[in-house]
Amino acid sequence: MRGLVKRYGGRPVVDGLDLVAPAGAVTAVLGPNGAGKTTTIECCEGLRTPTSGTVRVLGLDPVSDARALRPRVGVMLQDGGLPTGARAGEVLRHVAAMYAAPRDVDELAARLGVESFARTTVRRLSGGQRQRLALAAAVVGRPEVVFLDEPSAGMDPQSRQAVWELVRELRADGVAVVLTTHLMDEAEDLADHVHVVDHGRVIASGTVRELLTTTPDDEAGGVAGAVRFDAAPDIDLAALAAAMPGDGTDGSSPWSATSPAPGSYVLTGPTDPRALAALTAWLADRDLLAGSITVGRRTLEDVFLDLTGRHLR
Amino acid sequence: MSGTSTTGKTGTTTGSAATGAAPAWRRVAAQTAFETRAILRNGEQLLVTMVLPLLLLVGLVRTSVIELDTGGLSRVDFVTPGVLALACVSTAFTSQAIATAFDRRNGVLRLLATTPLGRGGLLAGKVLGVLAVEAVQAVVIGAVALAMGWQPAAAGILPALGVGLLGTAAFTALALLVAGTLRAEGVLAVANLVLVLLVVGGGLLVPPDQLPGALAHLATVLPSGALGEAMRGALQGTGVPWAAVLVLTGWTAVLAWAGARFFRWQ
Repeated sequence: MRGLVKRYGGRPVVDGLDLVAPAGAVTAVLGPNGAGKTTTIECCEGLRTPTSGTVRVLGLDPVSDARALRPRVGVMLQDGGLPTGARAGEVLRHVAAMYAAPRDVDELAARLGVESFARTTVRRLSGGQRQRLALAAAVVGRPEVVFLDEPSAGMDPQSRQAVWELVRELRADGVAVVLTTHLMDEAEDLADHVHVVDHGRVIASGTVRELLTTTPDDEAGGVAGAVRFDAAPDIDLAALAAAMPGDGTDGSSPWSATSPAPGSYVLTGPTDPRALAALTAWLADRDLLAGSITVGRRTLEDVFLDLTGRHLR
Repeated sequence: MSGTSTTGKTGTTTGSAATGAAPAWRRVAAQTAFETRAILRNGEQLLVTMVLPLLLLVGLVRTSVIELDTGGLSRVDFVTPGVLALACVSTAFTSQAIATAFDRRNGVLRLLATTPLGRGGLLAGKVLGVLAVEAVQAVVIGAVALAMGWQPAAAGILPALGVGLLGTAAFTALALLVAGTLRAEGVLAVANLVLVLLVVGGGLLVPPDQLPGALAHLATVLPSGALGEAMRGALQGTGVPWAAVLVLTGWTAVLAWAGARFFRWQ
């Protein structure tokens, strides 16, 4: 996908977006609500025609080559798209009937726990049950590419595990899986590649590890970690950073100390056991008792919030 | 992919080699069966498509609560063609508009458009589903009418089928136009209201020339009046009026164009 732009009434929802989703991998499109995730995915599914830019799925154009692509692409829509009056089992069988060699419906239904509500009409299903049915419908045709728009929204933890397991299996079978999510743990546990999208653009891309180890302020920064602690206000941040162990690239300290709030501190740098000992020793020398010390690697959530901002939208 | 978990590599190759759509006729047949079942199983839909026409048929034939100028025909011979026309409108228009509107709102149209069925197959399945329900209606209404002494003009049965197809085309196009442009709740109201209006003053049950004043002229050029007149002409043995066929054909063309032009999939 290159330079995808989709405007609604002149307002760009997707604004020059590039991304690639390789076969045999899970690609997550991560972003806050309204970032343009669903629009992007729908351009790939052929449901929307891009204002400009190029989208290719399996080398084909989703709109003009739709007939050739439909048998090879599985889709799970955010709003489900399931006929409400029919029974769950019927819906799955019906979608399977569209393919020459669908997956075994009973086996798939058992895998995703659909069989337990196969005789219930879609209208009466819970959110998680609908999601599982929609996922089953997306993969029943043995697609080579699967688009999942917020697959585990509204699911209980057991359902989520079942879904994740199926997604991993698809990946192992060489399927290109593209999913949108705003669930950090989903992206962290499942995705090989993460594209963080905001305001219709990709603002960060990489493997989960790459994203976690790159701090936004210090793109070249090595192993990033943070030690957060509470102590008396107004400690000497520069002296603390200088006292921390390790060498930076140009001989200066690799540590930085900040105080996001009075009495609350964040030390960022190569977090290892020595670093923690150095911090507590430094505090002991000054007769400062830390109220709490937490050592934490950055989570994808930190990265995400750093990138997209912490304000509500 | 049922075998994939045990034979990972082979599963992959068979998986992609076997990837493909079912033949078009099978996809459309599956969609037709699905649509037909959806209508026949839905209580409200059955009320409009089966119960309402039967109530009107039996009510108008067996009671004289409503004064009818049958022009010398028996009540059942006079009423049945109009009831068949009404049944056609209830399925092709009211029921289909409501079903499509809610499918559209729930994303069903979008999801099915991403499967090998595609939009064309979806449309074909809907039209054939309408025809299947109409076949059931015709059999049930015909049987009840015959039991009450209906004597249709034998020579008019084939023309009546043709008229029914044309009416179905016009009203399905109208259904899709309404379903593809209005909110689902709006469609629910409009589709039922229009049916009632057409039954009362649209020339479906009562011939347009028996309607008061300006309504008589209006009903003649409405698709409902044309369908009713054509159906009566065929089955009462007076011949299908060509003006009615012309009116229906014109409406079909205009509504199909408007449907194709204004239908929004989401």
